[in-house]
Amino acid sequence: MNDWLIIGIGNRLRRDDAVGPRVVDRLEKRGLQCQEHSGEGAGLISAWEAYPRVLLIDATRSDAKPGTIHQINAIEQTVPTDLFHYSSHQFGVAEAIEMARTLKRLPDQLWLVGIEGENFGYGEELTPQVNNVLDQAEQIILARIRA
Amino acid sequence: MSDTQTRTLKVDALARVEGEGALHVRVKGNIVKDVKFRIFEPPRFFEAFLQGRRFHEVPDITARICGICPIAYMLGASQAMEDALNIRVEGELQNLRRLIYCGEWIESHVLHAAMLHAPDFLGLDDALQIAKENPQLVTDALQLKKLGNDIMDLVGGRAVHPINMKVGGFYKAPKKAELETLLPTLDWALKTCREIALAFAQFDYPDFEYDYTCVSLQHPDEYAINRGTIISNRGLDIPLAQFFDHFGEEHVAHSNALQGKFKNGEPYLVGPIARYNNNFKQLSKNARKLAADCGLGPVVNNPYKSILVRMVETYYACEESMRIIEHYQRPGKPAVEITPGAGEGYGCTEAPRGICFHRYRLDEEGRVTLATIVPPTAQNQKQIETDLRGVVEQNLALGDDELTWRCEQTIRNYDPCISCATHFLKLTIERE
Repeated sequence: MNDWLIIGIGNRLRRDDAVGPRVVDRLEKRGLQCQEHSGEGAGLISAWEAYPRVLLIDATRSDAKPGTIHQINAIEQTVPTDLFHYSSHQFGVAEAIEMARTLKRLPDQLWLVGIEGENFGYGEELTPQVNNVLDQAEQIILARIRA
Repeated sequence: MSDTQTRTLKVDALARVEGEGALHVRVKGNIVKDVKFRIFEPPRFFEAFLQGRRFHEVPDITARICGICPIAYMLGASQAMEDALNIRVEGELQNLRRLIYCGEWIESHVLHAAMLHAPDFLGLDDALQIAKENPQLVTDALQLKKLGNDIMDLVGGRAVHPINMKVGGFYKAPKKAELETLLPTLDWALKTCREIALAFAQFDYPDFEYDYTCVSLQHPDEYAINRGTIISNRGLDIPLAQFFDHFGEEHVAHSNALQGKFKNGEPYLVGPIARYNNNFKQLSKNARKLAADCGLGPVVNNPYKSILVRMVETYYACEESMRIIEHYQRPGKPAVEITPGAGEGYGCTEAPRGICFHRYRLDEEGRVTLATIVPPTAQNQKQIETDLRGVVEQNLALGDDELTWRCEQTIRNYDPCISCATHFLKLTIERE
């Protein structure tokens, strides 16, 4: 469990985009190795470089209901680029993972936990449906890294 | 194609630029009727909400204008406050400012040149395709970018939106031993920058030139990055305080970013080519040799070759970083002490995309009563539209897809930072 790096991706001031960092706050209190990251792709590849097992938590924006938890085994499957909110310079989380796959720089294990958001406006409050799944997301991640 | 046929080329959301913008070009027969480089990123109102803030808060607030070039905002704002309050920041504090700025140049230039602009010359859609074709190039580029971020992290406390910079200097000066950890990577970076630049020099460059009015900073002691006065290749040479006597900003209906221009309405160029053309002699001997080996003379007028100039500047920024670190002696005090007061001040630095100008007015308590920020992409907008008009006129024989591609490539010559400009791309080409 201690050889996992957990990276919470998002901006705390853009409502549901904060869900990654907010879950990481909880996991950090449990003594797990955590980082907070903006989701800028090139930096993300560097951030996980030294770790064999990595789990990324990010807000997603697809057609799913707010609060839906997506789990993707990024070693085994391609990450859909339209799932994630981040787009500046068009090199975000999904692009970083696919770039690292091409460059053979993926960790041994890489899981992506996406939590569907609804409101990405300014503010620090999560949408209630997103706030309600923080516990569940925490438990899913703990189970994942204990497995 | 008949003389009366209308062609419309449009790109609704430009890729591989920072922020949201679009392009619309309308051509009737062989005449370009309209070129609009649209910035629809919403306005961000920084200048308004800075009013009432205390002087010391401004660098940290303006840093948030951009995640790629925060130093340009932090340092420009700090300089302006220091100017208003008659403070001079010199010696190692000024060297540390230059060092962290070199970090920003390295990370920003490499990201743009290798990951966002190079695909245009290789006929590829994005950096992922380059990674498949040339994994070593992308691996090296990522490593170089990381070096830039590491410099910003060591000097600034954090790679994005650093927390260690303030009006007057720094909260804490780094130890020499900490900075020296960067030296082996910087040594690798010099060799790698040179290899990448020489590889890019083999690209097929579109045959387009323009007699640019180049505006940049200049400093008597160094290739201007973090300080200087404003000059042009047409004989302009002014202190920062005279900026608004010569330059203006205009609101155009199709852009949420004000367009920069000379008072007479003429466009001008800021950024790597402007700096290179104005200050070539102040580049290091090795950087000038690299430029020559890439086929560049002392004046570059082909905007597509900005990718080469960026790599020459990256090389120079690595050399400068080494020089500063090797000579560094940790200053006794990390900042000059400040007494707040009334005044008006100006700051200007060379952001990776060009000069980033700041003006602030402070009341007796050091509160901001007026803030004006003129970012580089806002200044380049009119020149971008001028380039596009020329490029379209020269390439009307191309099909719409190819012409659209060429237009997008032309915009990417500028590494536009649209978010900064709106404190600003989509493409539409309409052929009548």
